[in-house]
Amino acid sequence: MLRPVADGEASGGDIWASKNLASDSSLQAQPGLARNAAVGQIQSMNTLEFHLGGVALRALPSGALHWPGQRLLCVSDLHFGKAERLARRGGALLPPYDTETTLARLDSDLEATGARQVICLGDSFDDLAAAGALPEAARLWLLRLMAGRDWTWILGNHDPAPQDFGGSHRAALRLGALTFRHIATADTPEVSGHYHPKASVAGRSRPCFLLDAQRLILPAYGAYTGGLASHDPVLTGLMGADALAILTGTRALALPMPRMAPKPGVLRR
Amino acid sequence: MAILPASLSDWFAAKGWALHPHQAEMLARASDPATLLIAPTGGGKTLAGFLPTLAELGAAPGPGLHTLYISPLKALTADIRRNLRSPVEGAGLAIRIEDRTGDTTQTQRRRQRADPPHILLTTPESLALLLSYEDAPRIFAGLQRVIVDEIHALAESKRGDQLMLGLARLQALAPGLRRVGLSATVEDPPALARYLARNPDPCTVLHADPGPDPDISMLLTDDAPPWAGGGGRYAIPAILDQVKAHRTTLIFHNTRAQAEIFFHDLWLANEDGLPIGIHHGSLAREQRERVEAAMTAGALRAIVCTGSLDLGIDWGDVDLVIQVGAPKNVKRLVQRIGRANHRYNAPSKALLVPANRFEVVECHAALEAVLAHDLDGEPRGPGPRDVLCQHILVAACAAPFAADALYAEVVTAGPYAGLSRAAFDECLDFVATGGYALRAYDRWQRLMLRGGLWGLRDPRAAAVIRQNIGTIIDTETLKVRLKNRAGGMPLGEVEEGFAATLTPGDTFLIGGQVVRYEGLREMTVEVTRQPGREPKVATFNGTKFATSTLLTQRILRIFQQADWPDLPGHTAAWLALQRRVSRLPQPDRLLVESFPHDGREHLCVYGFAGRNAQQTLGLLLTKRMEEEGLHPLGFVATDYATLIWGLDAVRDVAPLFDPARLRDGLEGWLSGNAVMKRTFRNAAIIAGLIERSHQGRRKSGRQATFSSDILYDTLLKYDPGHLMLTITRDEAMRGLVDFGRVEEMLARIGTAPDGGIDMARLDRVTPLAAPLFLEMGRVPVEGAARERLLAEAADRLMQAAGLG
Repeated sequence: MLRPVADGEASGGDIWASKNLASDSSLQAQPGLARNAAVGQIQSMNTLEFHLGGVALRALPSGALHWPGQRLLCVSDLHFGKAERLARRGGALLPPYDTETTLARLDSDLEATGARQVICLGDSFDDLAAAGALPEAARLWLLRLMAGRDWTWILGNHDPAPQDFGGSHRAALRLGALTFRHIATADTPEVSGHYHPKASVAGRSRPCFLLDAQRLILPAYGAYTGGLASHDPVLTGLMGADALAILTGTRALALPMPRMAPKPGVLRR
Repeated sequence: MAILPASLSDWFAAKGWALHPHQAEMLARASDPATLLIAPTGGGKTLAGFLPTLAELGAAPGPGLHTLYISPLKALTADIRRNLRSPVEGAGLAIRIEDRTGDTTQTQRRRQRADPPHILLTTPESLALLLSYEDAPRIFAGLQRVIVDEIHALAESKRGDQLMLGLARLQALAPGLRRVGLSATVEDPPALARYLARNPDPCTVLHADPGPDPDISMLLTDDAPPWAGGGGRYAIPAILDQVKAHRTTLIFHNTRAQAEIFFHDLWLANEDGLPIGIHHGSLAREQRERVEAAMTAGALRAIVCTGSLDLGIDWGDVDLVIQVGAPKNVKRLVQRIGRANHRYNAPSKALLVPANRFEVVECHAALEAVLAHDLDGEPRGPGPRDVLCQHILVAACAAPFAADALYAEVVTAGPYAGLSRAAFDECLDFVATGGYALRAYDRWQRLMLRGGLWGLRDPRAAAVIRQNIGTIIDTETLKVRLKNRAGGMPLGEVEEGFAATLTPGDTFLIGGQVVRYEGLREMTVEVTRQPGREPKVATFNGTKFATSTLLTQRILRIFQQADWPDLPGHTAAWLALQRRVSRLPQPDRLLVESFPHDGREHLCVYGFAGRNAQQTLGLLLTKRMEEEGLHPLGFVATDYATLIWGLDAVRDVAPLFDPARLRDGLEGWLSGNAVMKRTFRNAAIIAGLIERSHQGRRKSGRQATFSSDILYDTLLKYDPGHLMLTITRDEAMRGLVDFGRVEEMLARIGTAPDGGIDMARLDRVTPLAAPLFLEMGRVPVEGAARERLLAEAADRLMQAAGLG
């Protein structure tokens, strides 16, 4: 049911395309995966293009999702204020630079994509108190990023309703063929987050997107976020048999979603 | 001079025992503030430590804790309790002796706090936990004596540093406390004495008669040892013959995994059905106790074991010790040999079984060193500050404290005698506020200053702090149980990473049995017995020894011989072959070999600088190779060489070794490499920055924890002066980095007019390089080559799935 499509083809339904713009791999030599000359700045960002619900989308190596047609950037599970929440609970005092790190990443992605619309897919703040306790510098930085952009906060399980910031607050957002919400449902095609998926290949575990014909699950974008291995039953149960994992890191890399725990010994030196 | 109770003297006399001179001396010095006794095993060392206690407690002791005995091993405390009870009960003394370890039940622990025994036998971690309770002052108020057994072993790790801080605390709670240290032979007794005593108290060093030299040799076998690998499987027939010829044989292995495989194979070869057992630290307590009991009863002919039987467990009838695999360290070998023949002044009998041909040379070097009484040892550095951070947290759990008083107390601990106030204050600030340049946690400080005293802001945090006590960083393990209706018998534990690779039906070895994996239930691995199947080998977090400088130097000297009449023919032939196809390393030159193997290019650098320095060399060289576009992929280091693999062959090695550029690289790579991150992780866990994950609290599904690498990278970027980075750097330079020995090596070869590097380009793996291919602990290089491989792997998978 998956088949590559020509670049720019606005195909309907469950069709996807994979392309690695800055890659020297044989992927580009495949029919239907020609370079797109009209992507501008994004070309240098090692992104991966695919289709969901007929919509052309790009996975960024940072873990953000770019919808060029809408000038839209979507990020999930920012978990602003996580270090602060752990400290508040009397636990370890983690380096208080997680919010800064996440904001810097977001700033650079917004700059590079020129996105005018932003969707934060929930769990943007580690909890409600964290939203209120964001340091002034971080708050101003976030407000600067929000200024002039259509900004939607999707509600998560950690942050039911952070009201301290502008933008609109929604349980879910339907945009064209796609629905954006925090936790995956049966109502597809949809884009969701929540699970912080990770996948291992060649002995490396990295946060990843999970993609099948019906849904896309985004990796956690926040700096201090753990992850759930793609071979966890929750994820193998959710994703179709032909699902892909798109690794984040220095470039977005697609591979069949790993459904088994890696065995020792398959790690090639 | 303390006087023994009459009934005890009578009991000794009835047994026909007389005190050894060093035992009498211990009694005579009972009132000294600190005494270090150095004695061989079998010299009644432990009894010597307890005699003053028995004398002071007398026939009718009053209530309260009198003596605290601390040993590095749980097994040792149980053993000492048994051994001490026989004279105490034999003499009818009303002395209560109990042990307290991680294995002690909750009920028993609560009772011990409410009503402590006269003598409490425990471990450094259990003591730290006791000291974290609010009632610690009451428990320890009357404490008179503390006995630290096997102090030479504790002093080699952070457990010893933690213990010495604990003793400083105890001394404050019980000012009359006297300290006794019991040690095997060490190379620098006065240094160990300073480590033990309250600074600046004097510490007497007593030496027992070391006894006759051991009867030690290499086990000769019909089959030659293999070219590479470990485990000594080839020697099983010869070892069985030795077991049959002796009453009880201890068969030591360097790792738990090797002990398991060896035991399995030994059992299959054991046609006479000799009673043999296995003992190591990953086995369930019930399993260990069964073996210990059988051994005490003299029912076992052989015990396959690891370091868990390394220390002074006194199990009578052992008359032969076999060391399988290179001993790595002469001191430790001497200790192990001492396990055989516990009659005072009788020579111990030991056999060394090299696991491969390189180890034949190493065993030979070790034999020579033992007979020359040449002991290895490196001077200790100052007490590590991650341990101090934990100590401060633990102190706050017990009660609010004044900074001045705690500092004054800490510097009485030997390892921290030179600690400056500023260095202490940094630790206190880290524990209280996180110590960040960005003062983000003013509202949520961990410790708050109230009325001049530092205490926990949130007292509920004490529970978590207690769960994180200790300086041993384990990999995550899961318990293994036999599956049946009644809950199942516990067998031991395996690493979580290993458990994750199992699918129902897989078989693996544990406790010498082949078991079948049935499933995972409530974080316990359920298995059934399945004899006769070819098993996988479980991985365990075992101690990995580093070969001492002394041994590596002796090995290099052996290499220089024109021929090797003292070595077995196969090994001599192997060295001759290496000399013919390449060359043998020399002490004043550096041999570098380059060859292709298995689709990768390899570079083997024989620096003989010790595992850590070779590791550092690996990091520096791969960084230089990355700069030169040579696409290194990773490396592995042993005590004598570093093996680097990558995509491109190195043709000219001299530019890589330019000392100035290597030194320049040090600061650069120091920040970003995997060794530093590993060091950081361990220090961060000990200092309380990262919580250990606990099986009870571990969530199923998404992990609540995230990589410590992210914390490290964040700190490096935003707060490079942070205490945790300082601690990491200090520790790495001294321990895992050991750059001093790299410099030493460069200086050594640098005197040669031609640069001192011998480069050999070969068409295949050389005899000397072959064993490196089986080494564990490979360090990946995250560079251009890794990205290329990752892309290729993803591409292959896509193609395979028909998606490419």
